Amino acid sequence: MADVAEAKKYLGQPVERVEDEILLMGKAQYSDHLPTRAGTQHAAILRSPHAHAKIISIDTSCAEKIPGVVAVMTGEDVKEMSEAFLIVLRQPINQWALAVEKVRYVGEPVAMVVARDRYIAEDAMAEIDVVYETLKPIIDQEEAISDDAPVVHEAVGSNVVSTRDFTYGDPDGAFAEADKVVKMKVRYPRNSQTPLEGFVVTADYHEGENLYDVASNYQGPFTSHPVMSMALRVKNSQLRMRTPQWSGGGFGVKVQIFPYVVLICLASKKTGKPVKWVEDKLEHLSAAAAAPNRLIEMEAAVKNDGTVTGFRFDQQDDYGAFLRAPMPGPLYRTHGILTGAYDIKNLAVTNRVVMTNKCPSAMVRGFGGPQMYYAIERIMQKVAIELDMDPLDVIRKNLVPVGVFPYRAAAGALIDSGDYPAAIEQAVNEGALEELKKRRDEKRAAGKKYGIGYAAIVEPAQSNMGYLSNILPLDERQRNPKGGAVANATVNVDPLGTVSVTADSIPQGQGHMTILSQIVADVLGLTPDHIKVNLDFDTAKDAWSIATGNYSSRFSSATTVACMQAAEKVKAKLARIASQTLNVPAEDLEFAEGKIRDPANPENGINFYRAAGAAHWTPGNLPDEMEPCVRETGSWSPPELESPNDKDQINTSLTYGFVFDFCGVEIDEDTGEVKIDKYVTMHDSGTILNPLIAEGQVHGAFAWAVGCALYEEFVYGDDGSFLTGTFADYLVPTSWEVPEPQIVHMESPSMVTPLGAKGIAEGNCMSTPVCLANAVADALDVEDITLPMTPTRISAMIHGEEKPPANNKPAAVTPVKGEGNVLRGTGETFVPAAPQEVWNTLLDPEALAAVIPGCHKLDLVGENSYEADVSLGVGPVRGRFKANVGLSEMVEPEKATLSGGLIGPLGASQGSGHVSLSAADRGTTVTYDYAIELTGTVASVGGRLLEGAAKALVNQFFQRLGAQVGGGPVSEGTSWWRNLLRSLGLAK
Amino acid sequence: MPQLNKDARHSVTLTLNGDEVTGYAEPRMLLSDFLTHEIGITSCHVGCEHGVCGACTVLVDGTVMRGCLTLAVQAEGSTVETAENLASDEGELSELQQAFKKHHGLQCGYCTPGILMSLTAYLKENPKPTEEELRDMLSGHLCRCTGYVGMVKAVLDYCENRTD
Amino acid sequence: MKPKAFDYLKVSSAEEAVAALAQGGEDARIIAGGLSLMPMLNFRLAEPSILIDISKADSLNYIRETAGMVEIGAATRQADLMRWDGLESKLPLLNAAFPYIGHYQTRTKGTVCGSLSHADPSSELPLCLAVLGGEVDLQSASGKRTLSAADFQTGMLSTAKQTGEMVVAARYPTAKAGEGYAFTEMAQRRGDFAIVALAAIADANKIKLGIGGVADKPTVREWDILEGEALDDALNEFAWDLGGYDDIHATARYRRELVRRLGRRVIEEAKSCRS
Repeated sequence: MADVAEAKKYLGQPVERVEDEILLMGKAQYSDHLPTRAGTQHAAILRSPHAHAKIISIDTSCAEKIPGVVAVMTGEDVKEMSEAFLIVLRQPINQWALAVEKVRYVGEPVAMVVARDRYIAEDAMAEIDVVYETLKPIIDQEEAISDDAPVVHEAVGSNVVSTRDFTYGDPDGAFAEADKVVKMKVRYPRNSQTPLEGFVVTADYHEGENLYDVASNYQGPFTSHPVMSMALRVKNSQLRMRTPQWSGGGFGVKVQIFPYVVLICLASKKTGKPVKWVEDKLEHLSAAAAAPNRLIEMEAAVKNDGTVTGFRFDQQDDYGAFLRAPMPGPLYRTHGILTGAYDIKNLAVTNRVVMTNKCPSAMVRGFGGPQMYYAIERIMQKVAIELDMDPLDVIRKNLVPVGVFPYRAAAGALIDSGDYPAAIEQAVNEGALEELKKRRDEKRAAGKKYGIGYAAIVEPAQSNMGYLSNILPLDERQRNPKGGAVANATVNVDPLGTVSVTADSIPQGQGHMTILSQIVADVLGLTPDHIKVNLDFDTAKDAWSIATGNYSSRFSSATTVACMQAAEKVKAKLARIASQTLNVPAEDLEFAEGKIRDPANPENGINFYRAAGAAHWTPGNLPDEMEPCVRETGSWSPPELESPNDKDQINTSLTYGFVFDFCGVEIDEDTGEVKIDKYVTMHDSGTILNPLIAEGQVHGAFAWAVGCALYEEFVYGDDGSFLTGTFADYLVPTSWEVPEPQIVHMESPSMVTPLGAKGIAEGNCMSTPVCLANAVADALDVEDITLPMTPTRISAMIHGEEKPPANNKPAAVTPVKGEGNVLRGTGETFVPAAPQEVWNTLLDPEALAAVIPGCHKLDLVGENSYEADVSLGVGPVRGRFKANVGLSEMVEPEKATLSGGLIGPLGASQGSGHVSLSAADRGTTVTYDYAIELTGTVASVGGRLLEGAAKALVNQFFQRLGAQVGGGPVSEGTSWWRNLLRSLGLAK
Repeated sequence: MPQLNKDARHSVTLTLNGDEVTGYAEPRMLLSDFLTHEIGITSCHVGCEHGVCGACTVLVDGTVMRGCLTLAVQAEGSTVETAENLASDEGELSELQQAFKKHHGLQCGYCTPGILMSLTAYLKENPKPTEEELRDMLSGHLCRCTGYVGMVKAVLDYCENRTD
Repeated sequence: MKPKAFDYLKVSSAEEAVAALAQGGEDARIIAGGLSLMPMLNFRLAEPSILIDISKADSLNYIRETAGMVEIGAATRQADLMRWDGLESKLPLLNAAFPYIGHYQTRTKGTVCGSLSHADPSSELPLCLAVLGGEVDLQSASGKRTLSAADFQTGMLSTAKQTGEMVVAARYPTAKAGEGYAFTEMAQRRGDFAIVALAAIADANKIKLGIGGVADKPTVREWDILEGEALDDALNEFAWDLGGYDDIHATARYRRELVRRLGRRVIEEAKSCRS
C-alpha cells in the first residue's frame, strides 16, 4: 500500500475544485438554462386540494379556450397513452402520471395544461373545473393499520401492503436470558433536504423514431429508467435520458422526477411539440417526495453489565399514497446493518409498509439510516439510564471489537474495516469530552438545563442492487436473483493528447469532476487541470447500468474505481506504445510530469501526448493487435454484493464507515430553544480522496441533520391538508442556526474497494438527529422526544402546568385547534333586533345576493340550499370560489345548522356551524360555534395566519350580522353574507 | 411612464453588467424570469419564488433585490448587476470568488451567485464584518449543500486579506 | 407559481397614485417594496387588476422630524431608516427592533409603510408603532386623514384603509427623557416571522408593553410600575386576555408562555436602560 500511496500526487490532497470557476461566475448551465427547440411549450400541473376524493368530472373547456393553450390533459388521456408505473411489490397499487379516478394526496397531479408560456399555462390551470367527491382520508400511520381505517388502495384491501418478519441468531433465547428488557417506541418525522433547484424536464417526442428525447435533472438510480420506458410503452433505447453537467442539488429527491418525465413525454407526444416543465417550490414541498416517517417499537435484551444481547424491531414505514420505485427502499437499504455499530448476534425484525393519504415517500439523503439509528441510539441511551451507567460506556461495551474485520453482522452486512474503540477514544480526546462534562456539571450547578448526547453509527455506502429482493419470499427472489452494483467510467485521449473523462455518477455538487481528475492525473502522470471531466450524461451514448446515478454515496467507492480502471487501461496501452520507442518494457515505465519514461533513466522518455497521438496519427505503427485510438471504459461491480442468502442475510452496501458524535446542548428556560453548545463528529470513512470535499460533505449532512432535529418537518392536518408549502413554514436552517461542528478523522482503508474509500456524505444525517435528541433527553431527563425539537414542544415539556388566568376568568374567545387542520371556535354576540328578524335575514336569498359585493352569481338550488360564485378575501388576499351552503336542522326562529363548502384555485374547504338565537332584552343573543377544514394552496402557504384569520372572520361575521339586522352601517366589502361564506371557507 | 397594459409585452431596457440590453415583458413577468429566459443570463437562479431562499438575488441600481419579488418592468432604465460581472474581463475570478473556491464555500453552486451579489453590496457597507454579523447577513440566503461553514470562512478570510 | 396578469403604472407622487387608485377601484394595489405583496401575487393569493408602483416616487421617500415625531414616507425603505443617523437617539425602540426585521436582503427593498399596510400581526414595525402611539397618514383622491396606530390596524392583515386610500406616511414618536425602551422576540430562525414579539417602554412611573404575534393585531397594555409577583400576575392576565392561537409552529399556550417569560425580560431591560 505504501508504494501506491506515494504514487498518489493528487488523490488524498485538498485539491481545489475544478467545478468552482464556472459556478462562481454564474455561467453554469443548469437544466432550466438548456437550449430548447423553437416552439417549445410549457406545462403547468393542476394538483389536488384534497387528500382523498373521487374525481367525478373534469371540465377543461374553459381552459382550452385561453389563447396560447395547446392542450389540456387529464388522467384519462394518460391512462390511454401509458401504463401504470411498475412497483416492487406485487400489489394492485396503480399510479399513472396523472390521477385516474381518485386522488390520494394533496398535491397529486390531476390535470396538465400545455401552453406557450408558463404564465398562460397557469392562467388556464385556474379555469379547469374539477368536481370531487371527498372521501375520509387516512393520515396517521398508526391509525392506518386499524381495521376500520379508510383504505388508500381499495384493490389491496388494507393499508398495510407488505409485512415481512426476519430472524437472525436466537432472539427469543437472548430475551429469555436477559437480565433486563428495555423497550422503546419512537417516531421519526417526514422531511426532505429540498434542493433549491426544483425538477426540470424537457421532452421532445420524435415521431419517426418513436423516441422520447428527454433532458432533465433526474439523478438516477437508473433502476427507474425501465419503469419509465415501460410506462411509455417503448423499448429502453427509445427513451433517451440526458442529464446536464450542473444540477442545483438532489439529495436523493430527484429520482422522483420520473413520473413527470413520463408526463411531459406524453405531453410532447400529444402536442407534437417539445414541452418543458419546471417544478415550483410549492409543488416541490407538497408533492415531490419526503423521507418516510417511521414508527419503531424496539426492544433490547440486556445484561446487567450493559451488554446488549439482542434487538427486536417492529418497523412501520409510511410511504404515503403510492409506492414509487425504488420504494420501500428506506426500510430495506439498511437491513444488513440493523445492529448498527454493535456486536449483537440475535435480531428479530418485522418490517411493515403502510400507505396513507400523504405525498409518496422517496429516497432522501441517509435513505432509511436516520430512522433506523434514531431508534437504535435512543434505546442505547435508555439502556444506560436503566442500568445507571454512562451512555458512552454502554456504547463501548457493545461495539464491534477491533481486529475482527471483515465482520459479518447478524443481518448480513459485511463490515469492511475499522477500529471503533480507537475512533471513539480519538474523538473523546480531540473533542475534549471531559471538559464538556465539566461544563455540563457547572451549568447544571448554576441551574441550567444542559445535556450531553452520544451516537455511534455505521454509515453504509454503495447500495447492493439486490437489497429490495429481501422483501420477496425466498422462492420468488431465487427465480430472479439480484445483487451487485455496476459503475462505469470512460477515459479518452484525443489526437493531441488531451484527456477527457466521462462517468455515470450524475453529480449534484459533490465535486465528482475534481476527484475523477485527481485519479486520472495520478494514474497518467498529468496534472488535474489537464483532465477534462464531462459528467453530463446521455443514455444513448454513455456507458451505464441500473446502478447508474448519484445516490447511496456510491461515487467514492464505485465510480472512482471504474474511472481508475479505465485510466489504468489507458496507461497500459500508452506504455506499450511508448515501450516501442523507449526500448524499456512497458511495465517498467513510469508516467510522470506529462511524460512516459524510464524511472531508472528519466532522460529516456517521450511526452504523454506523443504516445497518445501515435494511436491516432499512425495506427499502422502500433504494436501488434493493438486497436487504434485511446478510449477505455472501466466497468466495475464488487463481488461482495451478493443476492440475499437463504437465511435472509444480505450485504446491503459495499462499504461501512464509522461515525461517532457527541454534543452538548443547553435549553433556554424561557423560550424552550435548544442551543447547540458544542458538537464533535468523528468519521472513519476509509481513505479520504479529497479532504476539502470530504469535510464539505460532512458539513452539508450535518446542517440538514440539524434541520431534521430542530426545524424541519412536513406537517399535515388530519384532513390531509398540507401545511408546510413555503420556506417560511418548512424551516430550512440558515447560517445563523447551523454551528460549525468539530470534525475528527481517522482512516481505515476499505479492503473491498481498490481506492479504500467509503461514503462520507450521509453519516451525519443518521447520527446527528439522534445525538441531539439524546442530548436534549439528557438535559431534560425525559424519554419521550419528538422531532423536530421545536421550542413549542420543549416548552410543553419544561413549563409544567400553565398558570391559570386571574380570578379564573375565561380567556378571550380562542379557536382551539382541533385534530388536524380543523379550525374551531365558539362565540356569542348581541343583535339589537328580534330573533325573527335575524332569522328572516338568514333565509332571504334575494337580500343576500343584493348585499354580496363579490357575488357573481347566486342560485337557490334546493330548499335552503344555495350555490354561489364569489370572490372572497381578507386584506390583499382574494380568490374566486364556487360555494355551496345549506341550512339544516332548522327550528324557526331558534337555531339552525349551516354547512357547506368552497372550491377554487386557491383551495377547498368544508365547514359547518351552529347558530342559536335567543330573545334578550331589546334584541337577540346569538351564540355560535364552527368547525372548518381547509385544504389546498391557501392551507399550504398561509398556515401561520389561518387560525387567527378564522377567528377574526367569524367574529366579524356576527358583528356584521348585528349591524345588518340592527340597521347599523355595513361597510362596503364586508357584508355579513360575504363574511358568512368566508367563515365557511376561505379562512384567510 | 404610461400605464402598461396587462395583455401586451412591453420593451424593457436596462443596463446589465455594463451593457444595455432590451427585452420584452408583460407587466407580470418576474425579473428572474426576464433575465433568465428573455435576456439569457444563467446566474439568476429561481429557487422558491417567494422571496425566502435568495438564489435569485441581484443588484438593481446597487441595491440587493430578490429577482422573484421584482417585476421586469420595474427594472426599466435600471442598472442591474449579476454574478457574471464579478470576474475580471479576462476571466479571472475576483478575490471574493477565489476565497469561495479556496474554502470550498460552494457545492452545487445554485445559491452561490445570489450570495455573492448580497456580499458585493453588503461588504461595501460593512467591509470587515464579525462572524456574527456575517452569519446574520447570510441568514437571508438558504444553502442546502454546504452547512455554510466554507462560505463563512471564505468571506472572513477575504475581508482579512483582500487587496482589491 | 406565476402572477395573474395585471396592468402596471409607475407613479412619481402620492397624487398620481391616489388618482390611479380611484380609477382602479377595489382591485387596485399599491406596490412599494413588494416584499409582502409579491409572494402573494406569485402564489395567486392576490390578483389585483393594476399595480401602482410608488417605489420610485421620490416625494414619498423621506425621513424627517416633525413635532416630537419622525415621519417616514411611503417609499422609504427599511434599510434607509435603519441607516438613518438619528435612529439610535430618536427612535431607540426601532433601533432595538431592526435586527429582528426580516433580513438584510429584505430590508433593502421592503418599506416601513408597506409593512404597516400589510398589517401582519407578527410584524415588528406595526408593533413599534402601536406601543409608541404613532400615527399613519392616509390619502385618497378626496383628501387626507390621520389615524392613530390603534385605529389604523383593525385585525389580521386588515386596516382601516378604505378602497381608494393609501398610506402616504407614518409617524413614530421620538424618545422622551426618562424613558427606557427594549425589544425582543422569539422566532425559530433568524429573520422569521415572530412567534411572539415584545416591545416595552418604561419610565419612572409606568411600564408599557406591546405584544405582536398573539392576538390578531399588536396589543398594548400599560401599568403603573410593577415588581415581582404583581408583575407576574399582570403579565399572566395580559397573556390570557390576548388569547392566542395555534399554528404549526407554536401553540396558543406557548405564545402565552412567551408573553409571561419574555415579557418580564423585556420590561426589566426597558427599566434598566432608562435615560
